[in-house]
Amino acid sequence: MRRLWRAIVVLVAVVFGRRTRAEPPPEPPSLEEGVPFERETGAAPRVELVAAALLVASAVPALVFAAGVLAGAGTQLLGAGLGAALLLIGAALAVGANRIVPRERAIEDRPQLGDPEARAEVRQRLGMVGEGVSRRRLLGAAGLTAGAALTAAVVAPVTALGPAVGDSIVDTPWKRGRRLVGEDGKPLTAEDVAPGTFVTAFPEGADKRELGSPVVLVHEDPVTLRLPPGRADWAPEGIMAFSKICTHAGCAVALYRHPKYEPTSYPPGLACPCHYSVFDTRTGGRVVAGPAGRPLPQLPIEIGEDRVLRAAGGFSGPIGPSWWGVRKA
Amino acid sequence: MTDALRFIDDRVSAARPVRKALRYVFPDHWSFLLGEIALYSFVVLVATGVFLTLFFEPSSDTRIYDGAYAALQGHEVTAAYDSALGLSFDVPAGLLMRQTHHWAADVFVVAIVLHLVRIFFTGAFRKPRELNYVVGVTLLGLAVFEGFLGYSLIDDLLSGMGLAIAYGVAMSLPVIGGDVAHLMWGGEFPGTAILSRLYIGHVFLLPAAIATLIALHLTLIVRTRHTQFADPPADERHVVGTPMWPGYALRSLALLALVAGILFTLGGLVQVNPIWQWGPYEPWLATNGAQPDWYLGWLIGALRIAPPVDVVIGGYTVIPNPFWGGVLFPAVVFGVLYAWPWLEQRFITRDRSRHELLDAPSDNPRRTAIGSAFFAWVVTVFAAGAADRMFLAVGVPYTTQVWLFRGAFFVVPLFVYVVARRALRVPDGRPQGG
Repeated sequence: MRRLWRAIVVLVAVVFGRRTRAEPPPEPPSLEEGVPFERETGAAPRVELVAAALLVASAVPALVFAAGVLAGAGTQLLGAGLGAALLLIGAALAVGANRIVPRERAIEDRPQLGDPEARAEVRQRLGMVGEGVSRRRLLGAAGLTAGAALTAAVVAPVTALGPAVGDSIVDTPWKRGRRLVGEDGKPLTAEDVAPGTFVTAFPEGADKRELGSPVVLVHEDPVTLRLPPGRADWAPEGIMAFSKICTHAGCAVALYRHPKYEPTSYPPGLACPCHYSVFDTRTGGRVVAGPAGRPLPQLPIEIGEDRVLRAAGGFSGPIGPSWWGVRKA
Repeated sequence: MTDALRFIDDRVSAARPVRKALRYVFPDHWSFLLGEIALYSFVVLVATGVFLTLFFEPSSDTRIYDGAYAALQGHEVTAAYDSALGLSFDVPAGLLMRQTHHWAADVFVVAIVLHLVRIFFTGAFRKPRELNYVVGVTLLGLAVFEGFLGYSLIDDLLSGMGLAIAYGVAMSLPVIGGDVAHLMWGGEFPGTAILSRLYIGHVFLLPAAIATLIALHLTLIVRTRHTQFADPPADERHVVGTPMWPGYALRSLALLALVAGILFTLGGLVQVNPIWQWGPYEPWLATNGAQPDWYLGWLIGALRIAPPVDVVIGGYTVIPNPFWGGVLFPAVVFGVLYAWPWLEQRFITRDRSRHELLDAPSDNPRRTAIGSAFFAWVVTVFAAGAADRMFLAVGVPYTTQVWLFRGAFFVVPLFVYVVARRALRVPDGRPQGG
């Protein structure tokens, strides 16, 4: 292990390390600024031919690309064409830079940074603004007042961007008696929610895109349920509805874990694929894994004479991601 | 040529500065090219991005899809998604431009990160370059943000999931979170305002900021000249290398052509972000195994391994969970990066003098050890962001992995620090200080 680390460190040191040359550098004839101290000119005719060939060759894929765009060719041909043309030109330029044009090494003095004399003058000049002014404090305060007021004036239009948070999130379209409909807008009956599956539902007639709208329906064996106190009649025949919007960061809780074999499997859970918060359906949406800080709000439902599912009230808590001051519930 | 030069010189006196510029000396080392690769990726991003803006409609208005992709025909989609599909299937060379733009963004951030790592471990951020280092770290932050805005614009399932998380993170800001999120989205998520707002940021505000900071970055380099490894006659007072003209200019143009060539080849041959497969976004939809672009992996990892803790006072949430991974973690990472030149000066080297020559990583074992631990820490969190893919690869259940990563979050940096310290003490049998 230690050896391995040594090898890695040595490798890093070699790659990034100080350039050490095999031979000491030849004494530069002159180190005058602007005059290269190493200069090599002249290109082998073969190299010049290679560069010319690369440039000419690049014309072929470039024209293939141009013709391809006009003829409606596929993305692969277009990308390969334009890419090849650029790569060939790049290769020609690299050959030109390293083998054809004069190869030079030159030296420059590093600039002097900082000039105390100029600094002093700047300070003096900046300080001059108050020279001969008798009511400096008054003018300064007046300027600050104007600046602060103008800042407020400039910032105020930002509020036009949107409403204050208010209660818009706590209000949902669900209320007692509202029918549950599927994505197609048709009312859902108890028979639509088979055990082991889950169904997405919306309040009839409401805006489906509102975060308070979508719920997910699951069907558990009623004897397995251990719902919190006060929710005894929220799950008729074991059918339960939960908000489909994760209380962590607002993604859709789009995964349902249903035990394949009860004695050895995890209990049923609704999971969000964004950060894998898992909510236990049998205990009314308690968080059993992942980062969510609040349970998944449950919606009480009832089954009508016609077997159609209806809301029996509002959610057990605020839906969606939390914010400052939201009820924990 | 001569006449043109005289014409310009007689009017704006250009010959003197140009003479100086043509003689400007660039030191040679392969690792100095990383920043240039980032620069040239940005050139490709602007070029392909301008093409994309001519077709893309950043609007949430809905319409019925009627394009070339049969599987979505007849579906109600937003104008944003519809026009991105149009770019992918109906505009000549549109998919090439879109995919090259996407690849260029990925390479842009890779090059910036590697450039940062090079700068960090060679001590290139020391006086007199602290300010330019700060500009560089800011560019990294802007690049990540710009990339996120870009893929969020398209309104496919992946971009919608990303925006939902961004909304959740914005909501989690203490005190102001709810109002900030509502201002940004023009009301409750998803709303209809966000796409056009992201668009002005993505195609104007952020590119303008990035271009300005790149210009500042380069200006500051010219001002101080480049650092370089000690290589006589290069020393603290002299910089040695290839003059700008003709050698370096040609070499750099070669790099531009090669970077662009590779990006267009990738854009043509290697599929990236196939938005037609993700489908349109709706708030009640999400998919398993969704992965954002690589440069957001560290954030999704942090959001995933955060313990399920909200700060609650009297039954009311005060700091919601996404704050830890989505705000605090990146703030700490960038805080350390920004402060490093001064932290090092104050606690490690106590060295406030000017440095023009670079360190080898072994020259400053404490910086190298702490830096290795720090980057390993971020990489650990990054890996946690891929835990669902790792489940498919190695079969370790997701919940087990989260606990492993929560441990690794603390253990890996310590381990790397200790190993690096011990290894650096004896690089070649010669004890090093520190």
